[in-house]
Amino acid sequence: MTWEHTRTRKLKNYAALTLCSFAAFVGLFWLVFILWDVFVHGIGGLHISLFINDPAPPGIEGGGLRNAFVGQLIITFFATLIGVPIGILGATFLAEYARGKKIARLISMLSDIMVSVPSIVVGAFVYAIIVKPFGHFSGWAGAVALAIIMIPVVLRTTEDMLSLVPWTLREAAFALGAPYYKVIIQVVYRGAATGIITGILLSISRVVGETAPLLFTSFSNSFFSVNMNEPVSSLTVTIFQYAMGPYDSWHSQAWAASLMITLFVLVLTILGRLILKWKENKG
Amino acid sequence: MVSGLASLLIIALVLGILFILISESSLAIRRFGIWQFISSTDWNPVRESFGAATGLFGTAVTTGLSLLIAIPVAIGIAIFITEIAPNFLKGPIGVAIELLAAIPSIIYGMWGLFTLAPIMADRIEPALQKSLGGFPLIGLLFKGTPMGIDLLTASVILSIMIIPFTASISRDAFNLTPDVVKESAYALGATKWEVIKDVVIPYSKLGIFGGVVLSLGRALGETMAVAFVLGNNHQITASLLDAAATITVTLANEFTEADTDIYLSSLFYLALILFVMSFIVLAAAKFLILKAERGPSQ
Amino acid sequence: MNKINDTVKIEIRGLHFYYSGIAHALKDISFSMYKNKVTALIGPSGCGKTTFLRCLNRMHDLYPRNRYEGEIWMDGDNILEHGTDLIGLRSKIGMVFQKPTPFPMSIFENIAFGLKLMGIRKKTELAQRVEKALKHAALWDETEDRLRKSALSLSGGQQQRLCIARAIAVEPEVILMDEPCSALDPIATGKIEDLIAELTKKYTVIIVTHNMQQAARVSEHTGFFMMGELVEFDKTQKIFTSPSNKMTEDYITGRFG
Repeated sequence: MTWEHTRTRKLKNYAALTLCSFAAFVGLFWLVFILWDVFVHGIGGLHISLFINDPAPPGIEGGGLRNAFVGQLIITFFATLIGVPIGILGATFLAEYARGKKIARLISMLSDIMVSVPSIVVGAFVYAIIVKPFGHFSGWAGAVALAIIMIPVVLRTTEDMLSLVPWTLREAAFALGAPYYKVIIQVVYRGAATGIITGILLSISRVVGETAPLLFTSFSNSFFSVNMNEPVSSLTVTIFQYAMGPYDSWHSQAWAASLMITLFVLVLTILGRLILKWKENKG
Repeated sequence: MVSGLASLLIIALVLGILFILISESSLAIRRFGIWQFISSTDWNPVRESFGAATGLFGTAVTTGLSLLIAIPVAIGIAIFITEIAPNFLKGPIGVAIELLAAIPSIIYGMWGLFTLAPIMADRIEPALQKSLGGFPLIGLLFKGTPMGIDLLTASVILSIMIIPFTASISRDAFNLTPDVVKESAYALGATKWEVIKDVVIPYSKLGIFGGVVLSLGRALGETMAVAFVLGNNHQITASLLDAAATITVTLANEFTEADTDIYLSSLFYLALILFVMSFIVLAAAKFLILKAERGPSQ
Repeated sequence: MNKINDTVKIEIRGLHFYYSGIAHALKDISFSMYKNKVTALIGPSGCGKTTFLRCLNRMHDLYPRNRYEGEIWMDGDNILEHGTDLIGLRSKIGMVFQKPTPFPMSIFENIAFGLKLMGIRKKTELAQRVEKALKHAALWDETEDRLRKSALSLSGGQQQRLCIARAIAVEPEVILMDEPCSALDPIATGKIEDLIAELTKKYTVIIVTHNMQQAARVSEHTGFFMMGELVEFDKTQKIFTSPSNKMTEDYITGRFG
């Protein structure tokens, strides 16, 4: 073995490791660049009028996105109302009653796949089953579309959390004569509560930024409306429309709305992680 | 039991989506057939002639190019986190990667349209044209006026979005390599890079591949980020500086405009193709990742 | 301690070791290990014998904030010195671990791994040295017609002999063995013990073992560790028949450990 050869090996080592570090830097760079950009552009459009006023007619200055903010909140609220219980119940079945059975593994795997399925396909699906039969766009359609996206996310995280609760805990409750459903509600859910809540937070964070599934379900509405039977304005779809439009005031509003969504998502994600970490340190 | 029904809903959902998509596209399927639709470059609402080729082309190019860019970076990041970074950095960088994945695609779209596209149009694409435009084959990739709204920009944005998936799954796969196996290699006098290259990466092959396939699956279905910067121009072109269309972008832009039954049915046909493709790819990814977790055996 | 006339291969002077800079795992170790002999290190769990072994090829350097104090002399160099070429060191000192650690590649590739690191590329030379190493590790007969098969298809005992072959393929001078038989059945263990006797013709062997009978069978010198200290070091014969230290005697006779 020659000294020269070892030197080459060490050089290659140094070069390769430096490249990998550079890759990490590149990743971080994109993150910081994008967040910074959103912040800078968004702050410019952040006025109180954004939250208080409804959109002005095209071409006219002023106006805000009150209807979009409210619409987004309502749609997300109902989506959560529909999606979370189904997700938790489904996970309960997989982790408790059907634990270890083949059907559970199948449903779990299908769920995992559905987590990443194109959200625009979900939108088209809901269009066909709700919008077309009823003949018009509606907030309900949007909520259902978002719920469909939430269910697999909630189901998988809840299933994982429930599985983490040690079996011995359940046995202790059984030994006291409790029926299974009571064991689940009073012992298992309680043990997995923090994890389940984190999962819910993450699923909300996931759907709050979704645009594609709303494009042809809740569509959009330039007026203020909380009627779920009508098209409902949403922040994400409005951003899409405004960004593609010709007016600078629209662009600046789109940026401001983007900033709000980004902040919301960041807070939820970091919050979720912090909760998990806090639980880890406790237990 | 109520919970049993809830879980069966998942199966119902998958089958339901498939069924509805097929039923809605049946008009187009009957009119255009399968192979003819996939290979036809037509997209003419007036003459009512539709084909999936342009959408598939755009989807293939943006997905392929974005993977090409993203994978080395993602694996580099995974190597950095597991083998290079000091312990106190591992957590924060992991969080940073998670945040990249959490940013909604519409935000990527905004940033792409207003920040990246101008930079591409003014600086990067002209530079690429100047330096590589003269070469025989490669030059074809960079023909045309750099407007920033094109396949190249869309691919760059897509690549940033899919980095986290390969990175975090590769990182998990790397961590599965037992310490003693790595130590055995070090004990033979290997450098850190040699251990990574010849022991850790082969050990984690399946996991890395699974992460890549997952990124592929995500890239296929990405809509908003690409919609802002691709242009929805139904054409097959050699130049990366041209606008094009993907299935998702076409759906996003034209779904609410479709005024005839055949138009809408063709769009559903596209959605069906996309759903089937994504489903197969994602299932493959899941399978690979599961196998990787079981570890290398006979 | 009886006077020992053999050549010293490794000399330890005042070695201390701290895990993560704070846990004082080795305290003031000083003794010598002899060339072409087998030195056994025994002691109860957690006594520091494995920690000590891993100092010899500076395996602890792989993990943050570990700290050595003192000197380890081999062939005229203090290997604990700053700036020691670790790659060069580790190619002179081979290591076999408790559990067999075959790389996920073919049997041939496993053995060739270290050789390729050394820069040997020619196929004929690689093939020759792989065969030599497998023969030396008493594994050639069982593998010569399946060299391209995955190393994971071998039995536990065979995998461990593969790891030994892998270590000796690069022709080091010292071989460190950390409880190499603890995951093996008695027959496989016997084969490896025979192998160790063969190995000393070319190499210096240092073996950590919690099996006292094994230490008595294979080694010429034995060191007894307790709570990070070297309690006694002497010819194996003496340690096991008339140890000088009461603690050694208690351990040997099974009063604890």
